[in-house]
Amino acid sequence: MNESDFLKVISPFKDKVFRLAKRLLVSIEEAEDATQEVFFKLWKNKEKISDYKNIEAFAMTMTKNFCYDRLKSKQAGNLTLVHTNYKGKETPLEKSIEYKDAVNIVHSLIEQLPEMQKIIIQLRDVEQYEFEEICELVSMKPIAVRVALSRARKTVRNALTKQQNYGVS
Amino acid sequence: MGLANIEKLVIKYKNGTTSLEEESILRNYFTGESVAAHLQEYVPMFTYFTFIKKESFNKNVQLKIEKPRNKNRKFLTVAASIVLLLTSVFFIKKENDRYQAKKQFAQVTKGLKLLSIQLKKGEIAIANVYSNQNN
Repeated sequence: MNESDFLKVISPFKDKVFRLAKRLLVSIEEAEDATQEVFFKLWKNKEKISDYKNIEAFAMTMTKNFCYDRLKSKQAGNLTLVHTNYKGKETPLEKSIEYKDAVNIVHSLIEQLPEMQKIIIQLRDVEQYEFEEICELVSMKPIAVRVALSRARKTVRNALTKQQNYGVS
Repeated sequence: MGLANIEKLVIKYKNGTTSLEEESILRNYFTGESVAAHLQEYVPMFTYFTFIKKESFNKNVQLKIEKPRNKNRKFLTVAASIVLLLTSVFFIKKENDRYQAKKQFAQVTKGLKLLSIQLKKGEIAIANVYSNQNN
């Protein structure tokens, strides 16, 4: 497999990798770095690529793991920032009200979800993966995936209902 | 699709049990024109999902990246070996100079010794001549 073959193979899902990375790492620069890193690693292991049944699923799993590691090392380095974390938790609603745009509101609501729910709602509602694919990707049982997805959807939906009932935004 | 059906699908959707086809029906409904008032909160959700899917990776995937860290390390190794080479050349030269100086010193000492032996011989010979004359 040469370079252009490889680029052709990854082109249908490179945006998905980027969007998943951005979902987890938030910043565009970090997501770009992560995307770059994942494809570089994949390219270095290109001899094994024909063995992988589904390169896309493999790349997505790599992305998830890579971002998890990033987040872990970030948290380890940011232990002193407890104060700002606390502040952020105290006013999530106020903060989201500031965004006029509905898209931004939903974005910030999803940002506050637990990591696993973020991943699952991203894979299902944005990328429209089948449940079997998601289960493999996050190595979870179908029931657990459905529960996490249901929780994520309900959290977002309830927050939006609250905002509408109070007549804000 | 009738509102009753949409409501059923919404419940299934909340429970995480809709299929991809059913979800695409919901997506079409909620990004469409007329959405029932009591389901308004789903509009921003589905609008967001379709919107965010348009985001793309705009950079070229680099397959031959050298991390700057590694580059730096490479440069450092090269620099370090050059420094090592230069210092060893310097020391070898210094050592060599010392050796040469020692050698020259030894030669000079040897020469001077020889000279002094010869001079002594001459002195003794002259002393002998004098004592013979006196006797």
